[in-house]
Amino acid sequence: MTDRQIMTGDEIRRAIVRISHEIVEKQAGTKGLALVGIQRRGVPLARRIADAIEEHEGMRLPVGALDITFYRDDLSLVAEQPMVKGTDLPFDLNGATVVLVDDVLYTGRTIRCAMDALIDFGRPRAIRLAVLIDRGHRELPIRADHVGKNVPTSREEIVHVHVAEFDEVDEVSIARQLPASDASGAGDR
Amino acid sequence: MTAVAPAAHAPAVGWHHRHLIDVDVVTWPEIELIMRTTDEMKGILARPIRKVPALNGRRVTTLFYEASTRTRVSFETAARNLSADVVSISTATSSVTKGESLVDTVRTLEALGAEILVMRHAVSGAPYLAAEVFGGHVLNGGDGWHAHPTQALLDLYTMRENLPGGDLRGRKVAIVGDILHSRVARSNIWTLTAAGADLWLCGPATLLRGMDRWAAAWSGGAIPGHGRFNVTSDIDAALRDADVVMGLRIQRERMQGGLLPSLREYAARFQLNAERVSLAKPDAIVMHPGPMNEGVEIAPDVAISGRSVITDQVANGVAVRMALLYLLAGAHEAARGEAAR
Repeated sequence: MTDRQIMTGDEIRRAIVRISHEIVEKQAGTKGLALVGIQRRGVPLARRIADAIEEHEGMRLPVGALDITFYRDDLSLVAEQPMVKGTDLPFDLNGATVVLVDDVLYTGRTIRCAMDALIDFGRPRAIRLAVLIDRGHRELPIRADHVGKNVPTSREEIVHVHVAEFDEVDEVSIARQLPASDASGAGDR
Repeated sequence: MTAVAPAAHAPAVGWHHRHLIDVDVVTWPEIELIMRTTDEMKGILARPIRKVPALNGRRVTTLFYEASTRTRVSFETAARNLSADVVSISTATSSVTKGESLVDTVRTLEALGAEILVMRHAVSGAPYLAAEVFGGHVLNGGDGWHAHPTQALLDLYTMRENLPGGDLRGRKVAIVGDILHSRVARSNIWTLTAAGADLWLCGPATLLRGMDRWAAAWSGGAIPGHGRFNVTSDIDAALRDADVVMGLRIQRERMQGGLLPSLREYAARFQLNAERVSLAKPDAIVMHPGPMNEGVEIAPDVAISGRSVITDQVANGVAVRMALLYLLAGAHEAARGEAAR
């Protein structure tokens, strides 16, 4: 099996910069904005978006990390318990416009869990969604406000998002699913 | 490397035990998994809404054949914090008073939909019998003199939380009181020797019976992963330079068996009072699993002193039990074939 590269490191960087502009444009500024990355790979992506916004707006947005493990509805279906990775929301959610950040948007179930989790911490004024890859196949009525790249896929394919923070390189690739041999983690879906 | 989630790079340890009846079958990496999961549960308890949907729709039944306030309420609070449905059976008001056997009761509760059975029983080993007939998960809330795994795990968690560096290796832990009849002491022997603590069990010789043989059997490293421990009736030796001092309840009914001449004599020789506890390190912590007989095994001023972490133990108990309910509920179908142990 060979992974087919669909985004290079440069393309990821440009997509992040574009998303950062879109977020600020939609909000007409940075007031009230906060970024929340979904563990694991959403967290470094949220930081990079904050870096980009800081660069062009001169304003550092608060960045949080959200773990949705306890909000999943498939506890009895997964072979191994998902490893809990920690939630850290170092700002007041009440009244904030929260941009959820994740690497891949697929069925939408992760995002539903993330919204449930977020709302347990307070009452944001609005929740928006930014993803690096939208691969389709939604099972819930959820769509992203900001998308790095739309990638038509089949359900048999796996999208691998690699970020330098965890995987040494920045790259997105796509592969055909292999039966139960690849257990490399949360970035694969 | 970013500071986020270093644990994710550690080898992933899953939870494979269908039941938790004692900590003797739990490996150190599994204990670490419980401790990490407990950290997360403590995070939930610090939130404005202390509840997550992890066990939404799962049914937890508590079946207590012995009196208990803190353990039962702790389990039920833990289950509710995870959004489980809780059924609480107290045998004093159940068909058990009509002579129903444990096996029949467990089968009935399963037929009524119980998925996780938290039980306490006066007979050592009773949860093993329950696990043989129950289709779900059995979580031991204390059986006879045998085991009280959730207490040992919350004790370990509380020690790690209060000791600098969170490491028990080489730390001296003194457990003082009625060791002989204590399921808390027995489960703590497993976890604390696995943690590498310098464990001392102390009490009157009549309440240590058999413990010296256990200690001798382990002294040569007979059980992989578990170190040796000490048994003594010399309270000063047990407490000297201790990092952790734990008192155990002296049960009044022990007087009738002639194991203790009087509570007053026990208190005179073994009570954890300010003078004795001063033998321990200046920053030593004082623990007690409760319920306390203040003035017998522990002096009231010691129980409420700045060194006491007794209320921390109670609070941590909820988080540890949330972690265990969560891990057991997620134990995969593959674990279904696992025998009771």
